[in-house]
Amino acid sequence: MHQVLAGLATGGIYASVALALVMIYQATHHLNFAQGELAMFCTYLAWSLINAGFGYWPAFLLTVGLAFVLGVVIERVIIRPVENSPVLAVVVVFIGLLVILNSVTGWIYSYTIKTFPSPFPAEPFFGNKYMSSHEIGAIGITLVVLLLLYAFFRFTPLGLAMRAAAQNPASAKLVGIRVGWMLALGWGLAAAIGSIAGMMVAPIVFLDPNMMAGILLYAFAAALVGGVDSPGGAVFGGFLVGVLENVLGAFVIGNELKLAVALVLIIGVLVVKPTGFFGKVHVTRV
Amino acid sequence: MAALLQVSKLHAAYGPTRVLHGIDFSIEEGSITALLGANGAGKTTTLRALCAMVQTSGEVRFGGARIDGKATEDIVRLGIAHVPDGRGTFVNLSTEENLRLGAYVRKDRRAVEQDFERVYSYFPRLKERRHQQAGTLSGGEQQMLAVSRALMLRPRLLLLDEPSFGLAPLIVREIFDIMRAINQREKVSILLVEQNAAMALDLADHAYLIETGRVMLSGTSDEIKQDEAVRRSYLGY
Repeated sequence: MHQVLAGLATGGIYASVALALVMIYQATHHLNFAQGELAMFCTYLAWSLINAGFGYWPAFLLTVGLAFVLGVVIERVIIRPVENSPVLAVVVVFIGLLVILNSVTGWIYSYTIKTFPSPFPAEPFFGNKYMSSHEIGAIGITLVVLLLLYAFFRFTPLGLAMRAAAQNPASAKLVGIRVGWMLALGWGLAAAIGSIAGMMVAPIVFLDPNMMAGILLYAFAAALVGGVDSPGGAVFGGFLVGVLENVLGAFVIGNELKLAVALVLIIGVLVVKPTGFFGKVHVTRV
Repeated sequence: MAALLQVSKLHAAYGPTRVLHGIDFSIEEGSITALLGANGAGKTTTLRALCAMVQTSGEVRFGGARIDGKATEDIVRLGIAHVPDGRGTFVNLSTEENLRLGAYVRKDRRAVEQDFERVYSYFPRLKERRHQQAGTLSGGEQQMLAVSRALMLRPRLLLLDEPSFGLAPLIVREIFDIMRAINQREKVSILLVEQNAAMALDLADHAYLIETGRVMLSGTSDEIKQDEAVRRSYLGY
């Protein structure tokens, strides 16, 4: 029971990162390999802010804002010039971004592991035996983020325009949507979601420049399980991968081989059902 | 009277392939103008060139001001609505969301809400299907949706690319009748690209015949209908 619940907590974090991946994938059909490092870098920013004397929540909000701006700037400055390049060129840019963010963080903050505070009390809520307050809080925040995103895309004109731009850029331009900016906004939102995931996971795995490597892998698995073009699927996949990883890790294969669960899932999904549970089959007319 | 749209020496190319070789034409305010021609003559490219969707050179004036060199999004904001080749439906969004996107650049919220009713009055079928995913509509309904989406912009000029393509004759007639009504009631000028020359000439006031990227013939629809070569090659009698 405890393992399942703990799995839900980490699953929420995978779900957030997977959601960030899916958002960029939907808009540009690229998988952003640097998503995890971006989240890690933002978590360090939050750490700096907290150390500079900000309270946790002001630092949290400020970090989300900074992450958004960082995402927009990266899209405008780094991704835009390679927008129409072959997919390999884009992948190389993503990997370059990953390495740069990782090294820059190590250079600024050193590679020594740091602790990161949790906003939630140390003693469990209501004296329950199963989940720590941080785990419950992380799930709660994930769900709030999801609801806000859903409402944004479903009910606001800007959200509708972003969906339109992602689906059919040519038509979107013909109704006057500035498609380039919509992509930049998508990057900003994805970076902001990633930063929240980073801040939620840092108290559990501690802060170090490589903290997101494993998480990104789980998030990839989650995105694939759910269907890489389905936001709802990504969230479902995130929770599923989190639970599977914890339960299998605790009872079947042991903690050392946990990461293999993600790899097996990725390969399994790609072989058996490449579109994932909720993905759509894309048919291209020739 | 100055023309609403004045095009001179318009060239267009897809990469190294040149498609338009300096065409000239103009559209009078409130009129319906047809571009006729065979497959590959450059009709669709002409519409795309007006909206900066291909590389172009030459001069395009809309309401007197130059619009060549502007981005597609900005040209749309001036009041040019383009119903593209293939209809450009947002297939995963609902009918209503498609229409809402048509009015994306408008700020007059209340008038937009009224315009939903206005386009539904032209195409009652869309109202029945307003919550349905647009990709599941029939071809004719999607064409109606494409025209309606363009009307939601409250355009001064409507560019229509082959509205008859792939549709049953009865539905084509319905759509053409509504075009005429829209033109007369709302004073929207229309530039129509059609392969079905007979129908296009019945609807239009003026027509231009394009062959391999050049204007071969222009005049009022009646003049064009009288032309011996047009009759034999395009009208088939």
